[in-house]
Amino acid sequence: MSGLEQVSAIRLQGITKRFGPVVANDGINLEVERGQILSLLGENGSGKTTLMNMISGIYFPDDGEIFVGGRKVTIRSPKDAFDLGIGMIHQHFKLVDVFTAAENIVLGLDGKGKFDKKAVAAKVREISERYGFDIDPDKKIYDMSVSEKQTVEIVKVLYRGADILILDEPTAVLTPQETDKLFAVLRNMKADGKAIVIITHKLHEVMAISDKVAVLRKGKYIGTVNTAETNPQALTEMMVGRAVSLNIDRPEAKYRDLRLEVKGLTCRSLEGVKTLDDVGFQAFGGEILGIAGIAGSGQKELLEAIAGLQKAETGSVLYYPPHPNSEIAGYHVPVDRNGEELLGKTPSQIQKIGVNLSFVPEDRLGMGLVGSMGMVDNMMLKTYKEHKGPMVDRKPPKALAQRLIQELEIVTPGVSTPVRRLSGGNVQKVLVGREIDSNPTVLMTAYPVRGLDINSSYTIYRLLNEQKMKGVAVVLVGEDLDVLLELCDRILVLCGGKVSGIVDGRTATKEEVGLYMTRVGGGKEEA
Amino acid sequence: MHTSEHKTPLIRLAKREQMSPAAQWGIRIAAILLALVVGGLVIAISGSNPIAGYKTIVVGSLGKTSAFRQTVKNFIPLLGTALAIAPCFKMRFWNIGAEGQITAGAMCATYFALFWADQLPKVPLLLVMFVAGAIGGGLWALIPAFFKAKWGTNETLFTLMMNYIIIGFVKYLQGGPWEKMPRGSQQIAQFDSNACLPKVGGVYCGWIIVLILVFLMFWYMKYTKQGYEIAVVGESENTARYAGMNVPFIIMRTMFISGAISGVVGFMLASGANNTLYDGVAAGVGFTAITVAWLAQLNPFAMVGISAILAILEKGADSLQTEMQVPASISDIITGVLLFFMLGCEFFINYRLIFAGSGKKQENKKEVGA
Ligand SMILES: Nc1ncnc2c1ncn2[C@@H]1O[C@H](COP(=O)(O)OP(=O)(O)OP(=O)(O)O)[C@@H](O)[C@H]1O
Ligand SMILES: [Mg+2]
Repeated sequence: MSGLEQVSAIRLQGITKRFGPVVANDGINLEVERGQILSLLGENGSGKTTLMNMISGIYFPDDGEIFVGGRKVTIRSPKDAFDLGIGMIHQHFKLVDVFTAAENIVLGLDGKGKFDKKAVAAKVREISERYGFDIDPDKKIYDMSVSEKQTVEIVKVLYRGADILILDEPTAVLTPQETDKLFAVLRNMKADGKAIVIITHKLHEVMAISDKVAVLRKGKYIGTVNTAETNPQALTEMMVGRAVSLNIDRPEAKYRDLRLEVKGLTCRSLEGVKTLDDVGFQAFGGEILGIAGIAGSGQKELLEAIAGLQKAETGSVLYYPPHPNSEIAGYHVPVDRNGEELLGKTPSQIQKIGVNLSFVPEDRLGMGLVGSMGMVDNMMLKTYKEHKGPMVDRKPPKALAQRLIQELEIVTPGVSTPVRRLSGGNVQKVLVGREIDSNPTVLMTAYPVRGLDINSSYTIYRLLNEQKMKGVAVVLVGEDLDVLLELCDRILVLCGGKVSGIVDGRTATKEEVGLYMTRVGGGKEEA
Repeated sequence: MHTSEHKTPLIRLAKREQMSPAAQWGIRIAAILLALVVGGLVIAISGSNPIAGYKTIVVGSLGKTSAFRQTVKNFIPLLGTALAIAPCFKMRFWNIGAEGQITAGAMCATYFALFWADQLPKVPLLLVMFVAGAIGGGLWALIPAFFKAKWGTNETLFTLMMNYIIIGFVKYLQGGPWEKMPRGSQQIAQFDSNACLPKVGGVYCGWIIVLILVFLMFWYMKYTKQGYEIAVVGESENTARYAGMNVPFIIMRTMFISGAISGVVGFMLASGANNTLYDGVAAGVGFTAITVAWLAQLNPFAMVGISAILAILEKGADSLQTEMQVPASISDIITGVLLFFMLGCEFFINYRLIFAGSGKKQENKKEVGA
């Protein structure tokens, strides 16, 4: 190992990349060594993805030099990068759904002759054994979980002989258990002498996996530190440029009134499998209700059913208007005091009866936002009808867009830049900002801080707390149990579409919640 | 070190980063010039002088008043129909049934021209015909939209099929109930002058209507709530539902409007251009307009320019044929070449080619291999 440590895998010198007026990378110097894991840390939009895209041949630098193995190189396409032994795992996978793992792995390799299934499977198995992957070469991609797909992507680049691996936010979509598995694999690769760059916003992961941490801030290189000699607080300060408090508040709201009452809610997927099975709970205004569970336990269906986007088989969702003295009371048309049934209504019908429901869906660009439109047009997505007459009024959404850019520090070239072009974290800020601004009485969010940097995550927690204090019923689907336990008043645990437990956030432990998450529900074996 | 065990393909494609607008227009202009060169070659091969050929096209379409008027007559339905299908395409609803919607509109307008001309004064009659054309085209478009919205049927096949039905029906009218007296001609009578659109500047006033439509459509797509809804539905139906939009209703409303505009084009063709109805009233405009809308990237102002170019070529090709004895197929080839290059340049704006074995790459390999 000591011999390998001296070898530089990649060295970047003065790399600059501009997108129009935005300088995404400004004269960056960076060194990645073999047998080492480097974390690349920086706020949303600080240029991490852009920088890595230049190493992997997706973008071409405007200025600066790249050295691989000590030699100056020109990387013009992903193919060039592959030839240099560089492989990148993007946050959005590029796999063909109807193919098997093995077929995807060899796809695009224009080898001679036919696809030798046995040889490929053997080599895949050899790679898996060497690094500790868990992969079935014959499984179709559409049958795979996110984590399995990610494994295929990693094996794919290893199969092509990559010895420099770049992973862009690989853990954003993984459960904690899956993350541990991935880290074990990465450690094996490191022992094998590979150079690894990993981007993540989770500081505890940075501390756990990396040898060194390189920090970017607003497109500039700030410095590299040894992980052993730093701590989350110091890293945050390097990243943000000032001291930031890393505590999550859990204030007590003045009012706590019943807002939503879900009873016997059952949903089926198109294939007839029960996705929700007799789910019942209450959500209160002035409270944050966390929803925990292994990915795919019915979280998505639950929120969509309440929002009127998913048909339910049986059950009811009753809505109760906010307390007349609470801050949010005045905004709404009175509804039935004995509870207004939401199930069976479309989103616009729900809006019409004066129920102001905000929803931050998991699929941001496929449901919450229109990727090809700018911020202004996205701001008016739910409110464009309010203006009288046939025309849209772009003045209020424009003002809102500008205000959100200020308040949430959204990095964008302008209010009309398509939101698809913003960095992942900024897309999320646009969506959460819009939903919170609509003065909701119920705010449902799915993974609101996924992909957000630490500073923005805390901004979102603060915003959720503000909503709670106003008397809003906040429903938060989350994956980070530590955060849920620090932030939520109560935590509902879903397992296989059933409620396996509801615990008090102030007294419950991580182990307790973890136990409920894996307690096999009766509905799970249905398929 | 990793060695590459597979051959590098000769040419590879890579998606480009966003190009600057100046560069984009540079490529487009270069493409048109190139198309003219290739078109010139085609003329040369057919045995004529390319320069003289192009001169004939320009003079033959724009040089004389009568020629210019014919060019405008080609231009009107092309632009009108391109405007009609723009909202559908924006919504990613592939309406290739404009041909039938034109025919349906023309047929409904013709009913009033044939049977109400003696009962109504000119202006009310024309207004009634206008409305009838719009409703006829609109309803014809509504049928496939309804099926798509309710049961998710494929609109491409459905709208195409609807073309043949209505064209067949007009053929029946032409040879049956609406045939002019004495029977046997398989033709519908010429309209009463009351039912003919007045001329402005020597061409029926349809050109004014379509130019007004350009502004209306631009306004509709960009500044109205309905235009906004269309854009959202086109991007993602999920997002539209999330936003509280009634997606089936929006699909049907948009198709009705699109069909209605095509129907008005049909009314103008019957009343203004032909002064009668026949089964070929749309004459392929419904299909050519798809190319126009696509090349203009659904921008109404760009459609004006592209429709003009195609109208000029169409008329110019006639002159080429009559004055230089160039076969009609040659002028079709020239139009094809132009369209090919225009579509092709959009491709090069989005992608770049990488040739294997270019100097820089070789250098890379040496460095790695060493
Ligand atoms: N294709 C593009 N066109 C225009 N601007 C871009 C493009 N790609 C990135 N940018 C801009 O460059 C900056 C850096 O973006 P980048 O995606 O590299 O950030 P990031 O550090 O990966 O952020 P995140 O943590 O949110 O993923 C941002 O301001 C972004 O808006
Ligand atoms: Mg990124």
